[in-house]
Amino acid sequence: MAMDDPRVVVVGAGPAGVRAAEALVKHGLRPLVIDEAPLSGGQIYRRPPPGFRRTTKELYGFEAAKAEAIHRTFDGLTDVIDYRPRTLAWNVQDRVLYTACDDVVTPVSFDALLLATGATDRVLPFPGWTLPGVYTLGGSQVALKHQGCAVGRRMVFLGSTPLLYLVAYQYARAGAEVAAVLDTAPFSAKVRAVPKLLSNTSMFVKGLYTMAALHRLGVAIEHGVRPVAVEGDDAVAGLRYRRRGEGEVRIDCDAVAFGFGLRPESQLADLADCDFRFDPVFHQWLPQCADDGRAGEGIYLAGDGARIGGADAAEVSGELAALSLIEDLGGGPGDKARSVELSRRLSSLVRFQAGLAGAFPWPADMARSLPDNAIVCRCERVTAGEVRQAVQRPLGGGCEINRAKAFSRIGMGRCQGRFCGLSSAEISAAAQDRDISSVGRLRGAGPVKPIKLATVLDE
Amino acid sequence: METIGTDVVIVGGGLMGCSAALDLSRKGRSVVVLERGFVGAQASGVNFGLLRRQDRFLPQLPLANRAVEIWHRLENVVGEDCEVEIRGHLRFALDDEDMAVIEDYAAGAREYDFEIEILGGETLRRRWPWLSDRVVGAGWSPDDGVANPRLVTPAYARAARAAGADIREEHEAVEMTHDGGGFRIVTQNGLEVRASIMLNTAGAWSYHVSANFGEPVPLTAIGPPEAVTEPVPYFIEPTIQRVGSPVVVRQVQRGNVIIAGKPRGIADNVTNRAYVAPRSTLANMRKALEVVPSLGSLNLIRVWSGIEAALPDNLPVLGPSLTTPGLFHAFGFSGHGFQIGPAVGVVLSELAIDGRTETPIEPFTMGRFADYEGEGSDA
Repeated sequence: MAMDDPRVVVVGAGPAGVRAAEALVKHGLRPLVIDEAPLSGGQIYRRPPPGFRRTTKELYGFEAAKAEAIHRTFDGLTDVIDYRPRTLAWNVQDRVLYTACDDVVTPVSFDALLLATGATDRVLPFPGWTLPGVYTLGGSQVALKHQGCAVGRRMVFLGSTPLLYLVAYQYARAGAEVAAVLDTAPFSAKVRAVPKLLSNTSMFVKGLYTMAALHRLGVAIEHGVRPVAVEGDDAVAGLRYRRRGEGEVRIDCDAVAFGFGLRPESQLADLADCDFRFDPVFHQWLPQCADDGRAGEGIYLAGDGARIGGADAAEVSGELAALSLIEDLGGGPGDKARSVELSRRLSSLVRFQAGLAGAFPWPADMARSLPDNAIVCRCERVTAGEVRQAVQRPLGGGCEINRAKAFSRIGMGRCQGRFCGLSSAEISAAAQDRDISSVGRLRGAGPVKPIKLATVLDE
Repeated sequence: METIGTDVVIVGGGLMGCSAALDLSRKGRSVVVLERGFVGAQASGVNFGLLRRQDRFLPQLPLANRAVEIWHRLENVVGEDCEVEIRGHLRFALDDEDMAVIEDYAAGAREYDFEIEILGGETLRRRWPWLSDRVVGAGWSPDDGVANPRLVTPAYARAARAAGADIREEHEAVEMTHDGGGFRIVTQNGLEVRASIMLNTAGAWSYHVSANFGEPVPLTAIGPPEAVTEPVPYFIEPTIQRVGSPVVVRQVQRGNVIIAGKPRGIADNVTNRAYVAPRSTLANMRKALEVVPSLGSLNLIRVWSGIEAALPDNLPVLGPSLTTPGLFHAFGFSGHGFQIGPAVGVVLSELAIDGRTETPIEPFTMGRFADYEGEGSDA
């Protein structure tokens, strides 16, 4: 169906959203770009507020040139797109996207919606993770990148993700003391993943460089550890952890940054009725879309919001999804040659990510062995024991995760399960000795993030 | 194929079905409950939790009064704490016209032994200073309140099971027949149940049961729009609702303020999903602020819905089938079934055992739809 003046909306102005907008403009469209942040760039290429003077090299390291290119591209588009920064896209229904800015809701009708909503840290709780001074890796990186401040003076980095080494390195470079980098994955997992990782030599080399640089700086790196507890009364004072096959060790620190990979911000895709499947490689529920970004009639997904691929894959998938969108709108065949080239690059990048997922596995055993008194859902202060009790109760719905939510309140708070959903599912499944993929996922509902009660509708 | 013979088979494990199962079991009858999903997961579990009698269809008050008596001792009935809070319901007026409606209703309710206290604006603000200045008066029913709907039906189901009921979740009735000897029900997973009495308490799926026995009804699936704020210190004790407005507000003791209203959203009883229309959310937020202006700075953090069933006259069907002896219906509660639920269960139990009940249920007869020939609706 050819349309004279199609209404095309892009949500997100990170690498995927920017490249999508660029491609749409190139094909004669004027998309509306909606972004929560005050400035474009997304999380990875987040820009500092006006007046901050760190150079792009200091801010983005190896990726400075890419960051500059994304920023330059978007800045060059502002006259030929409609751009609404500081705007939350909080619901989608019947081909209308509901946006909120400064407590005013504006419904936006669309013919095509391209969701490039990015990702957040994938969280796995451990005792003490809610103490002030414990941050996610992504959060601690944003503090450094955006505000130029460190979340601690003497820090421990913990988890299973490439970001673990990168953020530790960035903090060390910025002058923080890195007391330890604790990788929950065994070193053998990395060795096994090497063949897949070699599909992207430059990324692989950067990873090795980061690890070597931490070594040179004298940072202790340990593999195969398990956190026992963060210590401290009202702030972080130290971390206890267990080495493989050995006893407990305690390390002094005033901040812990942790993370276990990324999870897509897929709530809008859910509300737009996209299908979801449990992906065993990435060990989470992912919205289903074709490699070219098509995810339903008039719905396109790109970047980490669709599947975790990293910034380079986000750029490629953003442009690719835009080309699919253009073709579907009937504006001609799009650019077939370009689409084929982009698809080829994307599949190589995705292969690399699958390798990373193997090198940095999700330690499901941590959720299973989490003590009963540890908090899982911090919004509602629900403990692991309460989740287990809820799913083991007769006529409690087994471990179907929405039933577990109904009875234990997990995922009912401000974050709506974006952070506790996966670990609650893991705990529920383990409590009934079932596979996590069989317990389902929390159903999405709008608003996907809080909106003020005094919000007014503007039409 | 597993075959069970039982006195009563109940199709639908919501509040009506599970409370009937408990009463029947305690009276020594054998009971099988067939629930296609999980007990209390739809209308019974996702509603606002309102135990309100004001503004209820007057001839329904005997049933509602009977339910009040059960709610007040629910913990003893089911053996679990279901967060029943009897803190009163305030139906308020913004003008004299509203006030006249409240007074009229109070006069009618008195005929049914339901006493509503009329409070003036001054009294209201002295007692509940957070109420908007615009409120001129209210009807006050202190014996009404709230309960946690997510907890109530599973608690009934567990109590019924403890009393001997055979409760089967994920058992959808796919074949239903009646011959001289009684009912034969077969589930999708191959369970066969034979019973002399059958109760249809299948909520939004009741149409399939009634139509199967030659009683089609114009039943539609609806989704109540419910929304909740972040928690703040507890200050709203009663449930509050303006005359003529569908918006009702309450606060749970842990702090969240819950707002419900209309219009009801899209509910799909095939895919089992119910959506809250964003415009409903916004409209209900605005209405809530008219009543309690200080809520404006709170964040709305979550909405939910579920699948309820409504009939065109907004009244349920409760009573015997007009085509099939031994079959009794209870469905189509049209968004106000929770409060009367426990009494409906007892009434169904009485009907199943004695074929009659002391509680007047004539207005809810299936006969209202005797001429109906159309289809019920899936979504």
